[in-house]
Amino acid sequence: MPALILQLTRVGFLILLCLFVLAAMRVIRTDLRYAGEPRTGAEQPKGGRVEPRQANAPRMAASILVVTAGSLAGTRLRLGSGPILIGRAEDSTLVLDDDYASTRHARITQQGQEYFLEDLGSTNGTYLDRARVTMPTPVPIGVPIRIGRTVLELRP
Amino acid sequence: MSKRTDTAGGSKDVVTPRRPTGRTAELLMLIFASVIVTSALVLVELNQNRALDWSLAYYGGGYLLALAIAHLLIRRYARYADPLLLPVVALLNGIGLVMIYRLDLAAEIAAVNRGDEPPTPPQATLQLVWTAVALVFFLIVLVVVRDHTVLQSYAYTLALVGVIFLAIPAILPSSLSEVNGAQIWIKVPGLFSIQPAEFAKIALIIFAAAFLVSKRTVLSTAGKRIFGMVLPRARDLGPLIVALLLALAVLVRGKDLGTALLLFGTLLAMLYVATSRISWLVIGLLGFAGGAYIAYRLFSHVRVRVDIWLDPFGDPLGSGYQLVQSLFGLGTGGIFGTGLGAGRPDIVPFASTDFIMAALGEELGLVGISAILLCYLILTARGIRTGLACRDGFGTLLAGGLAFSLALQMFIVVGGVTRLIPLTGLTTPFLSYGGSSLLANYVILALLVRISDSSRRPPEPRRAAPLSRPQPLSEVNTEMVPVTSKGTPGSTAGGAA
Repeated sequence: MPALILQLTRVGFLILLCLFVLAAMRVIRTDLRYAGEPRTGAEQPKGGRVEPRQANAPRMAASILVVTAGSLAGTRLRLGSGPILIGRAEDSTLVLDDDYASTRHARITQQGQEYFLEDLGSTNGTYLDRARVTMPTPVPIGVPIRIGRTVLELRP
Repeated sequence: MSKRTDTAGGSKDVVTPRRPTGRTAELLMLIFASVIVTSALVLVELNQNRALDWSLAYYGGGYLLALAIAHLLIRRYARYADPLLLPVVALLNGIGLVMIYRLDLAAEIAAVNRGDEPPTPPQATLQLVWTAVALVFFLIVLVVVRDHTVLQSYAYTLALVGVIFLAIPAILPSSLSEVNGAQIWIKVPGLFSIQPAEFAKIALIIFAAAFLVSKRTVLSTAGKRIFGMVLPRARDLGPLIVALLLALAVLVRGKDLGTALLLFGTLLAMLYVATSRISWLVIGLLGFAGGAYIAYRLFSHVRVRVDIWLDPFGDPLGSGYQLVQSLFGLGTGGIFGTGLGAGRPDIVPFASTDFIMAALGEELGLVGISAILLCYLILTARGIRTGLACRDGFGTLLAGGLAFSLALQMFIVVGGVTRLIPLTGLTTPFLSYGGSSLLANYVILALLVRISDSSRRPPEPRRAAPLSRPQPLSEVNTEMVPVTSKGTPGSTAGGAA
């Protein structure tokens, strides 16, 4: 091979490598644009488009957590911005007196307009309606959260 | 490129056109990576004055097939995964393959000059086979671990497996576990040898993530305040001490500096991520400094490494030979390198495993090696980003720990090769020749892909549908709160709205 071509390919290959890095950066930049939006579906509609979920259900933000069944039935908790820890531990936000609940059982956190329910590795599990919660799950208003013998609900 | 991604994502998700899945971007990046790797292979052939023949097509074809399979797997099993993880790994693995092939050629020439038979089978072929096995591992992890939180419940099992894996080579007789002075292998004579520490690392990171997420509140409890720093309580130091002891045990029994450093550093970083307390870092680093000093005083193999590091030219043909040749190689490469296939990277001993960064530095120069390091940076950054976006604490810690372990391993390897820190025998992830390393790193990749899939997946369409729909009759009798005496589906839906 002529030396000149070898020199050109040498530089050309380095340019290719750098272009790959640049292309990767572009993908990251595209990604960042979407990362800024909240992923909970409560974003403002763009260009007059309305989310189908928002169209048939009037927008209601949950403001209280109500215990509907169990030894604490009737207890109401006003929702703040901080996370709500539920369990038998003394320092929980909602201290349960329930033999089927774990010390640190579940947590409810606010993300944007919605509240997310997260199981903290409890023994008997946390149920949203009938489904066992394995990952942080958005809690709709009025859907029962079952923890041991206690049932909780978000109310507007 | 970004525009095309947008339209592709938008046409797929008509209902919620907000975030593209990134699969188109991934495909384009993969094609780009394979173009780079193919041209690297062709360059090596041209620079070695070899005719382009069909034996190349095996390597190229095998590599392309592997990439295509991996891409289809991600499309099938982790649709929302990060689009950059796989292409970057594909590029690194491909460049590694080309470099190993190039070193094979050099070994072949050297053998012919000596009048010996060239070594069979060549390392590049073996590495390609290992890549295929690694992809099978990738598939298994991706299919079996459908939800990364499942791993949390196997935390203690995995910890046990990890410690056993670390301990096996120390217990085996050195004829079955020792290679080049480091007792870290399990050798099955005539078949293969694996480095169990690579797998133990993953198991221990998973355990640490699960453990820290459950004890996070306790560990971040404030203790005394000294020098404006909130110290943790003395009784919470347990996990850190265990990590330190584990690292020291690896160091003493296996004579494996690199793994000890990697394990301790990763666990320390995860502790910091979990508690966000600087004091843990300070205590950990002090413990590390103490441990390092004791190791230096007590163990000759540590002292040899440090002495080489301080003065490699003291014995340039003996103990310092490797490092000196590596430095000369990097110096020969300069800023733009000698060109792929035009240098002499084979002079450095273990060029295809521990010193592959030196070989690449010689042939690609500072520019090329910077690009490669940037690829690792992107990989780590995407991993940490995955952790940040993850909705559960376990995923955050796991992704953060895995990504950080990659970065720390690269720091240890490149630092050693360039004489920034003492040389330790670690493989370069994805680049180096070596089955265990490749398998373990593809498992890490699969875990990162899995976590990024769950953290980027739009939650609402999947979740909202079953809740608003009337429940199937078969499930009604499991209801706990009696709504009406009949419990019809209609009343349930009414109550939920």
